[in-house]
Amino acid sequence: MIEEITIIGGFDKQENPEPVKKVIIKKGEIFGVVGPTGSGKSSLIGDIEQLSQEDTFSKRKILVNGEEPSYEDRTNPRKKMVAQLSQNMNFLADMTVGDFLSLHAKCRGAHSKCVNAVIELANTLTGEPIKKEHDLTILSGGQSRALMVADVAIISNSPIVLIDELENAGIRKHDALKALAGHGKIVMVVTHDPVLALMTDKRIVMKNGGMQAIVGTNDKEKDLSKKLNKIDGLMLSLRDKVRNGEVIDNVDVKI
Amino acid sequence: MRMVIVAGTPGSGKTAVLIHALQSINEMGLKSAVVKIDCLYTDDDRKFAKIGVPTKVGLSMDMCPDHYAIYNLEEMIDWAGENQAELLVVETAGLCHRCAPFTVNSLGVCVIDATSGPNTPLKVGPFLSTADIAVITKGDMISQAEREIFRERILEVNPECKIIEANGLSGQGCAELADEFMKSQEVSLDQEKLRHSAPLAVCTLCVGETRVNKKHHRGILRRIDGFQSYEGE
Repeated sequence: MIEEITIIGGFDKQENPEPVKKVIIKKGEIFGVVGPTGSGKSSLIGDIEQLSQEDTFSKRKILVNGEEPSYEDRTNPRKKMVAQLSQNMNFLADMTVGDFLSLHAKCRGAHSKCVNAVIELANTLTGEPIKKEHDLTILSGGQSRALMVADVAIISNSPIVLIDELENAGIRKHDALKALAGHGKIVMVVTHDPVLALMTDKRIVMKNGGMQAIVGTNDKEKDLSKKLNKIDGLMLSLRDKVRNGEVIDNVDVKI
Repeated sequence: MRMVIVAGTPGSGKTAVLIHALQSINEMGLKSAVVKIDCLYTDDDRKFAKIGVPTKVGLSMDMCPDHYAIYNLEEMIDWAGENQAELLVVETAGLCHRCAPFTVNSLGVCVIDATSGPNTPLKVGPFLSTADIAVITKGDMISQAEREIFRERILEVNPECKIIEANGLSGQGCAELADEFMKSQEVSLDQEKLRHSAPLAVCTLCVGETRVNKKHHRGILRRIDGFQSYEGE
């Protein structure tokens, strides 16, 4: 059982020690990772995915339940504690959706019945339906992303979930986050989106490759988050209308 | 002399990974030397020189670079000895998928690029299937699912190998590779054999000779010092 992970700070891009020396994330918590592009958000997520032991650029060290994970725990996909949705928008594997998911289910020791469930879930997140016999490489950015989300949610069912810029590719991000952030998991969300950032419990602020500060989401922000959600809902409904060729005649901006 | 032989497709990141690994070896206090085999051109020697590792380049020109590497192992070991090295790393050109230049007692390392697709491990043949260590590079360019499938495919081809996921840019995974280098054993070439016979060509290696010592070879043999001779009737 994973109760918590610890990130022990390393060095930023100029090789200065990171201002934040230690972060502990407990089971059931959702952490955001925010900062400008190039500030090292994806690298931080990458360090956690690999359970780095001072062997990456940042020299960070990741502990699980306060201890160094074993080599086996770090590498064997069947034992893997981390599921990661990276920023990739395309698949490179030259095979059909069905074959790919079956193979991945086999790697993770999951049941082959998962395959249909993954495709079903992916199709609730994206516009054009994905079929089992489609080639992975012809899927659009949004379809690929939706399939990656569903694959992480169902096949890579791991206690630690890392999500990098869920808002990309125009998929339904709230539904996607709900699918990914199962109960009692450790979740980290890299985002530029204030709506997603304020949904988290705390957020790590990145700058110049280093962790600068930890900001807790306060009560006022939680209230604001609800408002932002309504605005976001409005934007989503407008987006769907435009996508479906409808004409927009009125926008209700009173929230 | 301890010997590590590194094979892998062109552009897979062999040199980048080796530079990080040899830096770790330097820090651990073991003296290493590198021989880089290529066909027509390389500037990798300058990259190795930057980290202070003695480097020798062997260009095979129109000869198979793997055959060329095998014929010249004695010269390489002698040269590494002259440079006070305890560990010789031979980086091969990585051209065709038919040869595996690993000898029985050397440490065989295969570097393979994860972006080349999940069928690649099934295609590359003996340099993966006879390797001790498979180093997967560029894993950060693909999804986690594709990475996991790639790993599984490597194990289908070579269930015994140790897999190291490495990043040639950040150096992640390369310290683990260096630890494996440290475990490599002394190789004496006199009775040393290849793990896998080389394919058809025009010399004794082409017809299945696996003994590496020069006395066993006939045909057109090109030496690392530039001299070429015909041995035989």
